[in-house]
Amino acid sequence: MLKVALLYPELLGTYGDGGNALVLAERARRRGLEAEVINVGINDEIPDASLYLLGGGEDGPQRLSAELLRASSFASRVRDGSYVVAICAGLQILGASFAVEGDDEFEGLGLVDVTTRRGETRSVGELVVRVGERTIMGFENHGGRTTLGAGVTPLGTVERGRGNDGSLDGYLTSTIWASYAHGPLMAMNPWFADEVLSRVIARELEPLESVADQLYEERLATLAR
Amino acid sequence: MVLQKDQPPPGWSFCLFEVVSVASMPPALSGRDRVAKTVVRTVNFLARLSSRGSGTVIGGSVGLVLAPSLLTNLARSRDVILVSGTNGKTTTSAMIAAGWGGVVATNNTGSNMPAGHVAALVASSSSSVVLEVDEGWLAEVARATRPRVVALLNLSRDQLDRANEVRHIAERWRDVLGEMRETTVVANANDPLVVYAAEVAEHVAWCDVPTPWTSDAISCPRCTKPLHFDNATWWSDCGFCKPRELVTSMRDGLVVRGTPLDLDLALPGSFNEANAAMALTALSCVAVDLSKALHRINALSSVAGRFSVRRWQGQTLRLLLAKNPSGFSAMLATIPNDGADVWVSINARVADGRDPSWLYDVPFELLRGHRVYCFGDRKLDLATRLDYANVDFVVANERSMPTPSVDSIAVLANYTAFQEWRTRTVEC
Repeated sequence: MLKVALLYPELLGTYGDGGNALVLAERARRRGLEAEVINVGINDEIPDASLYLLGGGEDGPQRLSAELLRASSFASRVRDGSYVVAICAGLQILGASFAVEGDDEFEGLGLVDVTTRRGETRSVGELVVRVGERTIMGFENHGGRTTLGAGVTPLGTVERGRGNDGSLDGYLTSTIWASYAHGPLMAMNPWFADEVLSRVIARELEPLESVADQLYEERLATLAR
Repeated sequence: MVLQKDQPPPGWSFCLFEVVSVASMPPALSGRDRVAKTVVRTVNFLARLSSRGSGTVIGGSVGLVLAPSLLTNLARSRDVILVSGTNGKTTTSAMIAAGWGGVVATNNTGSNMPAGHVAALVASSSSSVVLEVDEGWLAEVARATRPRVVALLNLSRDQLDRANEVRHIAERWRDVLGEMRETTVVANANDPLVVYAAEVAEHVAWCDVPTPWTSDAISCPRCTKPLHFDNATWWSDCGFCKPRELVTSMRDGLVVRGTPLDLDLALPGSFNEANAAMALTALSCVAVDLSKALHRINALSSVAGRFSVRRWQGQTLRLLLAKNPSGFSAMLATIPNDGADVWVSINARVADGRDPSWLYDVPFELLRGHRVYCFGDRKLDLATRLDYANVDFVVANERSMPTPSVDSIAVLANYTAFQEWRTRTVEC
């Protein structure tokens, strides 16, 4: 049974990132696996899950999410090897510190050695990132400038947009995928959704054809122009 | 004279009249304003004549460059009602204009930024003015026009690529409303972000109207702690809560300032009842007879083509505009559960917001049991969303359409897609 826990969708669901949970669960079901999405509300305990998802949100909700997560079992679960996909604000929260309204160095969960300062401009637009031999695409909308500590692996290199800093996007650990790309990321990039899914359930996945493949090819053709 | 989007341009005699009428303009306008005003009219006229756009924005823009205080001077000594919010601005403004009766100056073309306001005030010299205002422009327009009433409907996420954080908009509203000592704010008491903006105003008429979408106000705008929602009320631990002194209520039928009003709208949807309640409350602030206003609002059947029934390729279509998650949710609730085909058209151009990820915040699962035809620039994004929702879909092609399953198809479209369907179809 695949359990996808969507953390605080009311706070970190501003940019449609809740769709990542739906997509992962549905792609698992279409391979005959049982899958469940657990919406974790602000008054709920962090449940046991195969994978935790954090999305993007506004400054106030981001700060509240960080405080709620700090007071929860989330960090120890991640240290114990739980899988996480973190987008935008989620990416920043897992780091050492981030900038929010009224505070340039708000303490993060410190799970990954990254810091986020306020960028000089807000970055709003298409984001295209080279990940290994392939490409992920999405839409970024943030004011952060994220610096990776020595030894932290980026998710990929930016081909269009800003991502962390104009050259790299996100980060990757043995259990965490982090990116600035909304879209939602898993809906726009079916191959990437399957890569995450395959790791989480620890088995190879047979190909799954759907209209998402057409969307991916169309966006790739549009954005590569 | 207020020009509608689809109205043909006026004849040369009208243009001549416009130029001659400069001499008889109100004394509040300076010579510079008068020149600017004439330019607004002439440029708009030429724009319409050359079929470049609806001819309301371009002239207004030129006028504002020539005389930056033009909007202030044009609004002086008039009764101005401003309407803002994420959803329902155009409909509520149309309801206020209809309910007021007589000639009302209004920007009913959807041009809801200062250039459109200038054009509306140049087009009509009526003392009754209703202006729909883009959320991001409310502060500037309120400072320029010194309105009698500002109606604030709701605030939720929309076009996040352009106006990225709704809380910043609430802050800016709050700043300007605190300055407006003469203005009455007609405010939705069930939207915490609206209450946060309006609570600092000198005069507020709180409206207790149904507001199903509160997903953008889950944390307190004052202290960022979680808000509690329960049994028709809401509060925060810091003391911020739903206002108690309500001028308008819909709990037991519509009551405005103690007067029961029998709402029987020709327009569909419970959200339009909330819009009507806000419109009537706004009109009660400028001493309009509410029973007459109610009658006129009840009779309104289509607003700027929204909810209108149109013909296309021998088919009858009901055009429904839905631009964002809250608007889409409200509109989906009006689709009967009859298994009929539904057409949905999605673009992601500048006016729509270039990021269509909000499709995942719309409960498209409600369309299970229908077959949905996907149209628009982003039909594949829509089709993917529907696929994951397990809704039966067809990636459609405007040039080769199948025969629909029912006589009248509901077409849901976001902003520019809606305009395309308006252009593509003809009146019934």
